[in-house]
Amino acid sequence: MNVPVEFYLVLSGIVFLIGLVGVLVRRNIIIILLSIELMLNATNINFVAFSSYLGNLAGQVFVFFALTVAAAEVAVGLAIIIALYRHHESINVDDFSLLKW
Amino acid sequence: METLIFFYFAGVILLTATLVVALRNPIYSALSLLVMFFHVAGLYVMLHAEFLAAIQIIVYAGAILVLYLFVVMLLNIKREERFSKQGGVALFLGIVLLAEAVILGISRGIFVGPAHVPPQGEQETSVGNTESIGEILYSTYLFPFEIASLILLVAMIGAVILTKKGILESKSP
Repeated sequence: MNVPVEFYLVLSGIVFLIGLVGVLVRRNIIIILLSIELMLNATNINFVAFSSYLGNLAGQVFVFFALTVAAAEVAVGLAIIIALYRHHESINVDDFSLLKW
Repeated sequence: METLIFFYFAGVILLTATLVVALRNPIYSALSLLVMFFHVAGLYVMLHAEFLAAIQIIVYAGAILVLYLFVVMLLNIKREERFSKQGGVALFLGIVLLAEAVILGISRGIFVGPAHVPPQGEQETSVGNTESIGEILYSTYLFPFEIASLILLVAMIGAVILTKKGILESKSP
């Protein structure tokens, strides 16, 4: 194992940043959900890297739970998108300002 | 050699992650996310997490991404979305935060040398990865495991209720 753990941390940090920029910049709800998946994957890489380098399996178990939550999030998020599209005929977040002051 | 493989995986992951955010067509974004999931699975294999690599491909690439593609095809999007128009504020905040991070990093000495991680304990190579994860999952983490199944149940019911016809329209007959 001659790849230092910092490489994995830097990689996951950059992927997390790309996902964050995607959430903030894009206006399409589907792309925003895809960017959230990017951020979840970045944290998973972090978990697995530390779990492997510290010899502790708890990190991999938590990746398992994060995967479960990601699956639930996708199911509910896509259901919300379909309901919104049926109501507004749009998936642009600028069109949804019902809760804005 | 191992470093070379890592850099291949990291390069493809960074490229496809950027493409997910940058491409205009949501179908292309979802497909590049698929490539990224496969390479993350390869990274897991490098880290001796074979069970998670298999789960990553089965759940993420097999289930979640198919759901995304299904919804993208279902909605028939007309590609009229644009980027948000807060570029000036975003640039200012980004520069401030980046300067803050660099100053903090220099003052704490992060960029001087790599932190030393003590390699305490080795991977259990006598037992397989899947077997040891199963043992720890069903003994130490049994209660969170049950809660995870409950979350999946709630998400399933929520998805069914939300997509039922007449939920949002019921107030205005």
